[in-house]
Amino acid sequence: MSAVLEVSDLRKSFGGITAVDGVSLSVAESEIVGVIGPNGSGKSTLFDCILGQLLPTAGTVRVDGREVTGMRPCDLNRLGVSRTFQMLQVFPQLSVRENLILAGQEHRGSMLRRLMGAGDAGLSGAAQRMIEFFRLQHLADEFAGELSYGQQKLLDVAMAFMSGPRLVLLDEPAGGVNLTMLATLRERLRDINREQRATFVVIEHNMDFVMSLCSRIIVLAQGRVICEGAPETVRADPQVIEAYLGH
Amino acid sequence: MNGTRLWAYAAGIGVLAALIVLPQGLKPYGISLLSRWAVMAIAAVGLNLTLGYAGQISLAQAAFLGIGAYTTAILTTHGWPFWSALLLAGGLGFGIGWLLGYPALRVQHHYLAFVTLAFMTMAYLIFRNEAWLTGGVFGINRVPRPSLLGWPATKPLAYYYVCLGALAIVLAGSWWMIRSPWGRAFVALRENPRRAMSLGVDIRAYTLLAFAFGAALGCIAGVFFAPLVEFVDPSAFTLADSLGLLLMVVVGGSGYFFGPLLGAMVAVLLPEWLRMAQGLYLIYYAVFVMVLMVFCPSGILGLFDKILRSLSRSAPLAVRKEAQR
Repeated sequence: MSAVLEVSDLRKSFGGITAVDGVSLSVAESEIVGVIGPNGSGKSTLFDCILGQLLPTAGTVRVDGREVTGMRPCDLNRLGVSRTFQMLQVFPQLSVRENLILAGQEHRGSMLRRLMGAGDAGLSGAAQRMIEFFRLQHLADEFAGELSYGQQKLLDVAMAFMSGPRLVLLDEPAGGVNLTMLATLRERLRDINREQRATFVVIEHNMDFVMSLCSRIIVLAQGRVICEGAPETVRADPQVIEAYLGH
Repeated sequence: MNGTRLWAYAAGIGVLAALIVLPQGLKPYGISLLSRWAVMAIAAVGLNLTLGYAGQISLAQAAFLGIGAYTTAILTTHGWPFWSALLLAGGLGFGIGWLLGYPALRVQHHYLAFVTLAFMTMAYLIFRNEAWLTGGVFGINRVPRPSLLGWPATKPLAYYYVCLGALAIVLAGSWWMIRSPWGRAFVALRENPRRAMSLGVDIRAYTLLAFAFGAALGCIAGVFFAPLVEFVDPSAFTLADSLGLLLMVVVGGSGYFFGPLLGAMVAVLLPEWLRMAQGLYLIYYAVFVMVLMVFCPSGILGLFDKILRSLSRSAPLAVRKEAQR
């Protein structure tokens, strides 16, 4: 199996603080990998460096063998890498449907074709399927800003899939989502993983969610990988227990 | 939903008919006011694209109005046809607007306002001081009005129809743009550039385009402005005029498609209605704007939207969609 994502010796410092301190990891196709660690262990910074939101101080990022270190997020997204953010990030003044169309429209054709072509960029059907897939039918034409937090979170995740990405990095998808919706979310992620062979990397604090969803877990503490393996291995690792519970 | 749409079409046709028929009975002064409204509305539609949809503040719209007006005055008084001025000014506006967009890639909000303010000041100084080109404080006299396919549009009413036609074409063009995927990307740029970028939206390209098209429309408004007043001097293109255009967008309803038309109407006609107030006019206008901003920061169309929303819950969505998208 070839690695979809390969990070080698990635470092990121902010002044005197080293947020990510030499992280290397490799994610194979259609794997679901969890990234856990205490607050401030560098998880989100790692994501930002992988996705071009931040320029790493050192190290490289490869997607499908191609080096993408420091590439603009929009270009990276067109290569099939998508993400969600820790904080809710939908466009409140666009409807649910419009949010989804926006999330897919920049992936085909040229700028000029987008201007001259159809208003929905030919994505109405795909948006409708995504709406049904995430069970948002009754909300399709509401402004995204008028949805509940959990519904917006589902939309946020759905948007990351509109472009049919190969690799999706999800930053705390379960944060603030109620149990019923959490089950829906887990089910949907598994479906997409199975049907489209999409690869996931998931940052999560909700241990039940991450342990039941992921086949492999990477544990970060103080910017370093301290443990890596199957959920049960990680759960039993003394270093992990120490990192979470302190000395 | 369909009822709302029908109603909106009927209102649109009614307004258009009034704009065509009404001026027949007006004196030249009234006609020139309406022409001024049409011209200013073009510039405000441009600024609404930059500010209202794409969320990039600009205090330089009057500079573009000036660039368009001077281009026309200089070319047409030297015997060039009106159409050449229109093409050149549109191109100039697009190019300069594109360049002015670059600072917006680095700074936002009031910092961006300062950058555009600096550009505005620079443009004004060039209009005023480069007398060899612009005629300096004396300006350029006797800017001719164009003729369309041999039909001279020199009479006030004829020229009004030229301005109205130009506004209609500009509206149709920007309606198309706003309803295309570009419009959606502009709104995404305004609401959350970071997220938009992670979804593949090329923020850099859309920011520059928003400035370029906004500026081009400013220049095109200037092209129609010069023959309307038949005289161009620097006093019409000051920072105050830029702020006036900004107010048109904000008062009408920033980010609402028809907002700038309403805002321009208020800005052009209010001084006439408040004529008896004389020197107090600006104070009344200021109070009106302040009250509007306190109770409805989204402008007159925003207020309209709010009222509809309180009347029923399903209607406003449809209206907003018609008005905004």
